[in-house]
Amino acid sequence: MSSDQTMRDLMANLPVPEFDATPWAPPPPLAEATVAIVTSAGLHRVDQDPFAGRGDHSYRMFDREDRGLVLGHWSSNFDRSAFVLDHNVVYPIDRLEELAADGIIGSVAPRHVAFAGNQPDTVAEVRLDTGPAAAAELRADGVDVAILTPV
Amino acid sequence: MCALAHVLEAAGIATVVLASMRPVAERMNAPRVLYCEFPLGRPLGVPDDAGFQRGVLTAAFELLNAPSGPVLVDYPEVVEADETPLACALPPRFDPDVAASVDEARGLRAAYDRSVVRRGTTEVGRSIDADGVAGALAELERLIAGEHWKEVYGPRLDTLAVSHDLRAYYQEAALELADGPSPGARQAEAWFFEQTEAGKTLAAARDALKDQGAPEGITFYMLPVGR
Repeated sequence: MSSDQTMRDLMANLPVPEFDATPWAPPPPLAEATVAIVTSAGLHRVDQDPFAGRGDHSYRMFDREDRGLVLGHWSSNFDRSAFVLDHNVVYPIDRLEELAADGIIGSVAPRHVAFAGNQPDTVAEVRLDTGPAAAAELRADGVDVAILTPV
Repeated sequence: MCALAHVLEAAGIATVVLASMRPVAERMNAPRVLYCEFPLGRPLGVPDDAGFQRGVLTAAFELLNAPSGPVLVDYPEVVEADETPLACALPPRFDPDVAASVDEARGLRAAYDRSVVRRGTTEVGRSIDADGVAGALAELERLIAGEHWKEVYGPRLDTLAVSHDLRAYYQEAALELADGPSPGARQAEAWFFEQTEAGKTLAAARDALKDQGAPEGITFYMLPVGR
């Protein structure tokens, strides 16, 4: 069995938070939307604090122009080579810039967000504290669509 | 990721999750999910392939047209990992007075340095920098030789961070040295653990730590599951 299948099988029955309802934010037309990337890869700039090993529910925001980000997620169970080759495979910022230049999306958000995906099963702090805080910062930047990328 | 989708959506931001674990996504009822059966660590599928990545984003944005949710759609293309070791030559034995892993790591330094210059960044640095690689391997060799981890490291055991740094150092050097097409997922990992002295040393040190009763929270995550 492949390593990825082993991980998928391990995670299939992971306890997850239960949500009674699915919230629904109607997006604007894509050609008018301001799009942000939100990743759980634990990305951060070199000059930002790294993420702690486990249960770190903080987030980092970085600018649209920032490159050379560090892949700060601690897990040893996913491929880390692709990000070294091409950050877009986790953080498709250059693709968003191209889509904006082509007029397919309205604009690229001025700032983007990373959390670290290795969270306690309830994800309580992210749901109640840091998640809403990051969302408020994105809203203040005019973001109305987000693409979420896990590792 | 699906929990964050709920949070963002409640705040007025329309989301699309590029999910990597379908059963988890199914249970979390996130508003819009594109299930991408790609190698873990590659949510856009393929590095250095702008066309493929754009295809994934285009499919994700199409979900924004759904009138109501939750919506979960499978991306039609599957990408598999490749667990055959990367074709990357290792340096010959140079200094017989040091452990083979230390000798090997020193031999890879030039390639690692080229990677740092080219990329402008490195993943090495959680516990040690490149100058600390040889010393970190020498400490792991002491564990294998039978010394207790408290004698080698003192009260604080940070072999989880050391393991990350060693793998990152080797991976960055290997990707600089390897010729040919862009490596598949897990090829650099397979090369490290199956072909390098450092990979074998790390695995043996992990086993030694387990035998010494070191905290499982450290030893379990030092190597990928199954290695």
